[in-house]
Amino acid sequence: MDTTLLTQRGPFEWELPASGRMRVPGILFASRELVAAMDDKVREQVANVASLPGIVAASYAMPDAHWGYGFPIGGVAAFAADEGGVVSAGGVGFDISCGVRTLHTGLKRADVEAAQARLADVLYARIPAGVGSTGVLRLAAAGMDAMLKGGARWAVQEGFGTAADLSRIEESGCVAGADAAAVSDQAKKRQRDEMGTLGSGNHYLEVQAVAELFDAAAARAYGLAVDDVVVSIHCGSRGLGHQIGTDYLREMVVAAPAAGIALPDRELACAPLDSALGRRYLGAMRAAINCALANRQILTHLARAAFAEVFPGVALPLLYDVSHNTCKEETHIVDGRPRRLFVHRKGATRAFGPGHAELPREYAAAGQPVLIGGSMGTASYILAGAAAAGERAFGSACHGAGRAMSRHEATRRWQGRALVDALAAQGILIRSPSWRGVAEEAPLAYKDVGAVVDAADRAGLAIKVARLSPLVCVKG
Amino acid sequence: MAWQTFAHDADVGVRGSGATLAEAFAGAATALTAAVCDPARVRAHEAVAIACAAPDDELLLVDWLNALVFEMATRHMLFSRFDVSIDGHRLQATAWGEPVAAPRHRPAAEVKGASYCELEVGRQPDGRWLAQCIVDV
Repeated sequence: MDTTLLTQRGPFEWELPASGRMRVPGILFASRELVAAMDDKVREQVANVASLPGIVAASYAMPDAHWGYGFPIGGVAAFAADEGGVVSAGGVGFDISCGVRTLHTGLKRADVEAAQARLADVLYARIPAGVGSTGVLRLAAAGMDAMLKGGARWAVQEGFGTAADLSRIEESGCVAGADAAAVSDQAKKRQRDEMGTLGSGNHYLEVQAVAELFDAAAARAYGLAVDDVVVSIHCGSRGLGHQIGTDYLREMVVAAPAAGIALPDRELACAPLDSALGRRYLGAMRAAINCALANRQILTHLARAAFAEVFPGVALPLLYDVSHNTCKEETHIVDGRPRRLFVHRKGATRAFGPGHAELPREYAAAGQPVLIGGSMGTASYILAGAAAAGERAFGSACHGAGRAMSRHEATRRWQGRALVDALAAQGILIRSPSWRGVAEEAPLAYKDVGAVVDAADRAGLAIKVARLSPLVCVKG
Repeated sequence: MAWQTFAHDADVGVRGSGATLAEAFAGAATALTAAVCDPARVRAHEAVAIACAAPDDELLLVDWLNALVFEMATRHMLFSRFDVSIDGHRLQATAWGEPVAAPRHRPAAEVKGASYCELEVGRQPDGRWLAQCIVDV
């Protein structure tokens, strides 16, 4: 990105001044190196988001921002209903509530290394992953609607996991305001046999060891010590969310002119929050969030069964569950007064700071766990929401490493089989149905996740707590 | 009819071209399959009928690709041959393919949906038709 068009506000903060149709400035949180490496399309997309009606304060980009469609991936923007604000299906994306959850195992690195190949094989056998895979459930109409309304709570009632899991999930595992009637029959049909599936692409289940701690107090609050083994699951709302995104993007594209909205990019398709279409989308999108939470809850159950097969008697309590692609109604202080805002996070993580009312009591002092997925050969991180984040970007932080190159380029440079062998030599076991899928997700196809989380930490978005190194990765 | 996939930071672009709009749409559909696996591995055994209509050609391309995404997802199929006819902004097609067989098709990623990003449908200076957009994988 051409940094001469930006004004540097701090070592990790850059402003794109409001110009043209922009209603507010753009703010990018990143080091000079990360900003320079971003595609110019990110700046264009940040500016386009800034032009949408009712946007409040600024159009933000997180340190892992990269070229998305409509919003940049790593984009955050809040809208006020009382100022003609909008909700954007493009600002949430297709993979609604794609997110990460991390589970403790009570095991140490040496325990897992002693049974690593067997654990990898058992996980791969038990976790449905990849194109065309189906789950253990077949949801008929009544079950589907109950799932869309109940989220992870529904999954627990159905026997997947325990009630203790729920307090460790955003909104306690069930977002209010879900409207199953606003979800098309096509979307429900796509989901009928996909509950408890990982999906493909960048989705994974990974066994990780705590390699390094940065904040002893937060690590203690989160129950993390060096060499502890955890499991992280990255996936979303599967076909249901994808179809809801498809359905409402089209409806919003067609309806925008009549609503007086001039879209700088059709992918930014949106509708006024105070409109029938906007309300219907919010109801459907919340149902998709619940679907993602239920899906990760079922996968948790499957992961627990796999671990119990290899390590009898082991328990896998939930550390936390975060969602990435969402629009959530939240209260934030703007210009000294609390306001109800609709915060879009597209490839960005909610990162509430210490003392926030939404946090479980045991995390109140440390702040919300912010789970950052890396790439399968490098590292993942656990951060803690910073007190300042609420004022910086509506309580948001980065969500992952962010891609550094296209899938095309990755498959040109690497071969899946050779990558799997090279990672195995480093002690990282990959299980995947597709060599090409592995090549597309090659570790070096991603940005340096360490640089991304350093920037998030130094920008005051979230505080580094722990670095995790991979041991086993089941790729979809 | 010709097709190709093209690079995007996070996702994949699909592009078709041909002497007619219908050929360009068939090419874009083949590129959609290529985002998942090598289309040459997919046998054209079963036919699925698809029809859609839209206010303009660009929306029609997105609708066409999303209809295929839906059929791929719900039938667990992959497609490799597309007989497409377009009249105005109405499309009728038969997509030919077979059920996903992971060991043989080696699918790399499923497509979540066709986006409006880099969306372009039109006649090129050389008279050929082009149809393209980014799909989310």
